Amino acid sequence: MQIPSSSPAIEIPDVPQPATPAKGLLKGRWTPYWLLLPGMAWLAVFFVLPLVSLFLTSLQSPVSDNPNDGYYFNWDFANYSEALSRYSEQFIRSFIYAGVATLIGLIIAYPVAYFIAFKAGRWKALLLVLVVAPFFASFLIRTNAWKTILADQGWIVETLNTLNLLPQDRILNTPLAVVTGITYNFLPFMILPLYASLDKIDPRLAEAGADLYATAFTTFRKVIWPLSLPGVVAGTLLTFIPAAGDYINAKLLGSTKDRMVGSVIDSQFIIVRDYPIASALSFLLMASILVLVFIYVRRAGTEDLL
Amino acid sequence: MATTQVEPGVDELEPARLSPVQRTLTWIREHALAAYTLLALIYMFLPVAIVVLFSFNKPIGRQNTRWNEFSLDAWLNICKDPTICGSVQVSASIAFFATVVGTIMGTMIAFAMVRHRFRGRSTTNLLIFLPMATPEVVLGSSLLALFLNMYVGSWSMPLGFWTVLIAHIMFVISFVVVTVKARLSGLDPRIEQAAMDLYADEKATFRYVTLPLVAPGIAGAALLAFSLSFDDFIITNFNSGSTVTFPMYIWGAAQRGIPPQVNVIASIMFFGALAIVLIAQIVSASRRRAKS
Amino acid sequence: MTTEPAKNDVEDLHLVRLTKRWGDHAAVDDISLTIPAGSFFALLGPSGCGKTTTLRMVAGLEVPTQGMIRIGDRDITGLRPYKRPVNTVFQSYALFPHMDIFENVAFGLRRRGIKNVDAQVNEMLELVELAPLARRKPAQMSGGQQQRVALARALINRPDVLLLDEPLGALDLKLRRQMQIELKRIQTEVGITFVHVTHDQEEAMTMADTIAVMNEGRIEQLGEPQEIYDAPHTAFAANFLGQSNMFPGDVVESGDVITVKAFDQVFTLPKDKSATTSDKIILGVRPEKLALHRGDDEVPAGRNTLVGTITDASFVGVSTQYLVAAPWGQEVIAFEQNLSAGSRPRVGEEVTLSWDPRHTFGLDGNDDLNAGLDKELREVGHYSASDAVAGKAPTPAGQG
Repeated sequence: MQIPSSSPAIEIPDVPQPATPAKGLLKGRWTPYWLLLPGMAWLAVFFVLPLVSLFLTSLQSPVSDNPNDGYYFNWDFANYSEALSRYSEQFIRSFIYAGVATLIGLIIAYPVAYFIAFKAGRWKALLLVLVVAPFFASFLIRTNAWKTILADQGWIVETLNTLNLLPQDRILNTPLAVVTGITYNFLPFMILPLYASLDKIDPRLAEAGADLYATAFTTFRKVIWPLSLPGVVAGTLLTFIPAAGDYINAKLLGSTKDRMVGSVIDSQFIIVRDYPIASALSFLLMASILVLVFIYVRRAGTEDLL
Repeated sequence: MATTQVEPGVDELEPARLSPVQRTLTWIREHALAAYTLLALIYMFLPVAIVVLFSFNKPIGRQNTRWNEFSLDAWLNICKDPTICGSVQVSASIAFFATVVGTIMGTMIAFAMVRHRFRGRSTTNLLIFLPMATPEVVLGSSLLALFLNMYVGSWSMPLGFWTVLIAHIMFVISFVVVTVKARLSGLDPRIEQAAMDLYADEKATFRYVTLPLVAPGIAGAALLAFSLSFDDFIITNFNSGSTVTFPMYIWGAAQRGIPPQVNVIASIMFFGALAIVLIAQIVSASRRRAKS
Repeated sequence: MTTEPAKNDVEDLHLVRLTKRWGDHAAVDDISLTIPAGSFFALLGPSGCGKTTTLRMVAGLEVPTQGMIRIGDRDITGLRPYKRPVNTVFQSYALFPHMDIFENVAFGLRRRGIKNVDAQVNEMLELVELAPLARRKPAQMSGGQQQRVALARALINRPDVLLLDEPLGALDLKLRRQMQIELKRIQTEVGITFVHVTHDQEEAMTMADTIAVMNEGRIEQLGEPQEIYDAPHTAFAANFLGQSNMFPGDVVESGDVITVKAFDQVFTLPKDKSATTSDKIILGVRPEKLALHRGDDEVPAGRNTLVGTITDASFVGVSTQYLVAAPWGQEVIAFEQNLSAGSRPRVGEEVTLSWDPRHTFGLDGNDDLNAGLDKELREVGHYSASDAVAGKAPTPAGQG
């Protein structure tokens, strides 16, 4: 019945090795590549190529003073310095508004995310749906609704005026309205990553903290906050990046003095049709955001946000 | 031998009593976070409430920002201005095609990334993540730059329905990949191995096991794609030429005054989407509750 | 359920020079094995020894680097899993969460094109005593129930070989014991070859007709449970199954009875209990074979003896476990059933250990004394033979 573990009588040759052993779906070696092909090709052509095109366009010069005569490629780096000098104000304003909105958003969102992650129990799923639900109504019209809420004769403005809290006696058409709008619009982008990060924290860690003589505040500072950092980083990025390029809030809720770089790019492209300047601005926006993000992520020390 | 002896007076002690003030403070502390969250949710829904409310308004003049009187006018005459309904049609059809194409391509990518080994994984990851991290202004304007540079002789790329569709498919793919990937990674590969062990070849395994289990993720991705596409403004605006989508209509009307019919459409979309999501939640929760 | 005792053409499972390499590392290293048809076979070994990899190669879920797998004369090495007459019960059960129990069990039949599955499925559900729960989903069932579903799902296909990958690992102790008996009963009734992978040596000894002890990709020893237990061929087998006391020494005299000198003491063992013919030998004896003699008690003649001092006595109800310090410091483990009505030996007392020479086994002198021991337990453990050999100073008696 037994064969000793060594030496069968026959020498068996090696078994030929078949193609890549797949764990699940199809077994071909090339399968992943043709699965990736359509989508990645689409992204290559309609995401990467446009960025190249943007860069090239930003280096064009006008043929003549008449915009209808078009542009030609000229390695015209001067477009960048001109764009910066003309619109540095809008640029800086965009970053400031986005930054403030991100910060306020973080402060507003954190307790909400904390509540849903730790205290919501069986209402978790419902609350998450409610957080996302406002998105089902059109972005533009929701922003427009703030016009009604923050209207000069509206309840809110009147109340704040009575308390003498408003420097300009109104909210609409001031930076305050714009920032309020931006904060509001991107709040879910802040809440969800924060929640995802907080949800992963084992609540017993807080108990361990208390067991080891930490007060609630210290437990938060030393245990919860550091562990939620990946969510903080993800949330702030997902808020700041689109906010910096946004101009809907500025246009609907602000005045012409509150113009953000996004709307400059828009008008330069579509109305003025000064493509080189517009492209340079757009490219600058992307480049500066990438640099900021890079520095930020490095400092925060967290990789792998996805 | 030890016996349990009750010390005199121990069982006569009463539980600690807090003063009403103390009790109120404790209650506040315990419920502060809940109250705060409730306030935050009200804050988030306030504009939506305004939108719905003002769909029942009969505005004086064109601006629908002050309440005048209750009226079902807008609800009964949604297409009074044919351009509104036309723009909804355009948005809906673009969203439909963008969803179908984007979901298929995105799902394929998600499968490749989760289930297969291949070279260039980090580049692929980057390429998928970048569009989500790029401001819409840049996405839209760069696409416009591309289209503007696509000319041969006197023919140039026409801006309209197709360029918008192309753009929407582009930015929808990343979101589909992330959503489906999340669902797919949670799927134990041993379940598929079990299927193969039980005489299901690759096709049968996919059909009877993988697909049904991934389907909710794909459905969620499709829903997400549809709403992102329908509601997109900035990228669309850059690449639409003279085609008008629903958000573009709203933008155009913003200065003059947005007719209440727009509120009606937005309300319908809101309640419709909300209903779908809530029903899905209730169904999956009741399935889970069926555990004995 | 009535079945023929064995299917007419059920054949032996042959693994021939099977190897699986990941890069330079061989998870399974040139193993050859014949598993007789209709037997309950256990692959036993610690985690990482290659037993699960071997199982998966038989199932078709891993492709061997080298070697061949045959059922009877049929070479199944190159076949995809769905083409093999082999089914698996997975460690985590791997039930299809979106199907109810009935559909889970019917899955294999349906994929093979069988239309009317009702009769067979119901019969199988009766066998595993889950018939009333047929329409429940896996998530609504307990671990033990899920395990039975996994078993039914595999068995219903009447495979030539049924593979079980540590199927009882997730169950609690009592349930596990119960399921061990159940599985054995089903196997005997159904007559299919079972190949059971486990790291639990008690489980393997309870259930299997034959055990293959695996270590680092190779088979250390193959045989019936009692054979391996009574006569391990390597230190690994001696330590992994049950416990052993080991004394390294030198052969003084060979013949039908081998005489060995270890640590200035003389012991004997029969020739057929020695796995080596060299002069360097390691003697082993299991703790339950040692008898404790106190003070003036007479030690029967013809036994191996060892005098020592008790350093620990742990009462375990059924028995008492003693640690006895030998003259050279090694703490010898001895189990005694609590049969005596009087007082038991105390710590510090000098006792004589004795055992029948036929209960001694001999291992190759170059074997690693620590092979097969749980690494973590070793660190907390007693002063062993390897410590003595390494020259470590023994701790004073009573301080373990």
